[in-house]
Amino acid sequence: MIIVLKNRVLLTLFVLLLLAAFGLPFLSYAPNRLLSGKSISLISLLHGPALWLLLPLLALAVLSLLTPTRNRARLTACVASVLLAMIFWLSGYTAQQLALQGSPLARTSWSSGCALMAALSGLIAADAMTRITPSHLWRILGNALVMLPAALLLFTHQLDQLSLLKEYHNRQEVFDAALLQHLTILLATLVPALLIGVPLGVLCFRSIRWQGPIFSTLNIIQTVPSIALFGLLIAPLAGLAAAFPWLANLGISGIGMAPAIVALVLYALLPLVRSVVAGLQSVPASVIESASGMGMTRGQIFFGVQLPLALPLFLAGVRILAVQTVGMAVVAALIGAGGFGAIVFQGLLSSALDLVLLGVIPVVAMAVIVDSLFKFIISMLEVTAR
Amino acid sequence: MINFDRVSKIFQGKPAVDDLSLSMAEGEFTVLIGTSGSGKSTTLKMINRLIEHDKGKIRFAGEEIHKFKPQDLRRRMGYAIQSIGLFPHWTVEENISTVPQLLKWPRARIRDRVTELMELLQLEPELFRRRYPHQLSGGQQQRVGVARALAADPEVLLMDEPFGALDPVTRASLQVEIARIHQLSGRTIVLVTHDIDEALGLADRIVLLDQGRVVQQGTPLELLTNPVNNFVRDFFGRSDRGIKLLALGTVAERMRPGEADGEPILAMMSLREALSVFVARGSERLPVVGEQGQALGVLHFSDLISHKALS
Repeated sequence: MIIVLKNRVLLTLFVLLLLAAFGLPFLSYAPNRLLSGKSISLISLLHGPALWLLLPLLALAVLSLLTPTRNRARLTACVASVLLAMIFWLSGYTAQQLALQGSPLARTSWSSGCALMAALSGLIAADAMTRITPSHLWRILGNALVMLPAALLLFTHQLDQLSLLKEYHNRQEVFDAALLQHLTILLATLVPALLIGVPLGVLCFRSIRWQGPIFSTLNIIQTVPSIALFGLLIAPLAGLAAAFPWLANLGISGIGMAPAIVALVLYALLPLVRSVVAGLQSVPASVIESASGMGMTRGQIFFGVQLPLALPLFLAGVRILAVQTVGMAVVAALIGAGGFGAIVFQGLLSSALDLVLLGVIPVVAMAVIVDSLFKFIISMLEVTAR
Repeated sequence: MINFDRVSKIFQGKPAVDDLSLSMAEGEFTVLIGTSGSGKSTTLKMINRLIEHDKGKIRFAGEEIHKFKPQDLRRRMGYAIQSIGLFPHWTVEENISTVPQLLKWPRARIRDRVTELMELLQLEPELFRRRYPHQLSGGQQQRVGVARALAADPEVLLMDEPFGALDPVTRASLQVEIARIHQLSGRTIVLVTHDIDEALGLADRIVLLDQGRVVQQGTPLELLTNPVNNFVRDFFGRSDRGIKLLALGTVAERMRPGEADGEPILAMMSLREALSVFVARGSERLPVVGEQGQALGVLHFSDLISHKALS
């Protein structure tokens, strides 16, 4: 018998999903937050209402063998959404059951199986979304919709007995402050980076003489490890603050936000300047020639022709550096800049894995949101100005 | 209209244009022709100051071109290039209205002008107005390019190998178009090409350049029949000079009264095309008809070689 594979992507993801479901531990249960727990497999949980979990798995099995069509892709996305919600619900429900029996210090956490299953469900939905619509906006909205049932569980306190959420409730204020700090670092990096990087990029594009030295300087900065750069900035900034007290009053000191932002801006400059140059270089020479041949002034050519045509590539660069900054801001916690990094390092130092996750998950989420936001803006530009 | 007085341009110590004196009369169709590196494009670009000349004087409408601001000068001259250079993020309408926008024409006038030009270049206005360049074929893009160059009714139209990148069929139809526009508007046109047939077919006057100097200038007929040296003779083709001469004349100039059998040919057809019909049909006489199909006369094969009109 010849089996024709109709939907390789879905089939692969589904097989991986099965392996994760039945080959890896689903949850782990520990007597307290510091001890490592014992594994709970998915099979041992499959009784009573949990049996419903088999239904979306069965549906995915069938769908992965059929030729993908748009309607089947829609169905796949819905099934994946339901599966994702059920995985979360089962983990939350099990945690509640265990909490009724065990001590209040006991912790139920997600294990590799649960995390992988959730990730694979998300991937299955995202893949289905690319088959449903070519529009970035609809894909972003669609993916948000897929997450909605799972998010509802979170906001209706169904997951509160999980260790991660317990960590959150214990540190709600710290978490909210970290969110604010992280966003502050992101914005305080992007704005000066753009203000410096864009003119620098234009200069590099216009003058070959400056391009070499500017790129080599930025390349050197890029090769300094981030922790080293944070460290290197402590002395000069502390010196500045000591010499000019008004700087210290502005909040500038050797540790804290100031050196973090300076370092992150320096790191952001290379990708930014590169993308400005790449964007401007992508404008065909013939377009510039005919623009000036028709009597447009330099300013008219720059703002009317070069800028709009360079924008998609430029924004692609900004997107990369925004995501990069979200990630690197974690390390900045080492010199007291705060943000989610502070939670991550606290977790690492006290070997509390769930605390680490509490810091990492929102960073990942923020990176995804920033990424989607820029993708969306770029796709809007491509619609209006091809 | 345009006057070059002992103009030179030096690139890295080497003269690209060397002591060039030329003049292009108002309403004249001048074709600058030469091999690559002959300085023909440089000469063209010096007219609208995309390249500044180093020595000598260039006058436009009686004034030295340095007296104008480059932008003002360029807005009075249309400019079309081989790679077209349409703005990819603007619609056809926005592209064509570039210079009128720069000159701040009222909106209604711009709209009317765009419609008029699109009709002139046989682009259905309602169909193409809102399209983007990437939605057009190469030939349609160059039509838009030419329309854009003509938009503000420029005194001079400068064209740098405008049809070089097009396929032969599209190129031929655009050549017909540009000849028609020249006839209709009587505008001064300067065109750069390396295509000899294009030059012979379009030019009132051909300027043959080599190494930045004029080798010979004159009407197509003069260059074919009285080449000043071997370079000119070689350039215009030693072996098929006769064929090229035939391309300059039309059937109407050689036909005689009479009748003949067979499929008729058009009176406006070039003698070169007529020769091809003679050979293909193996016939010695062809009936000639006008555009409406009315019988006008007959063309004998021997009429092709009667030199009364040519040399």
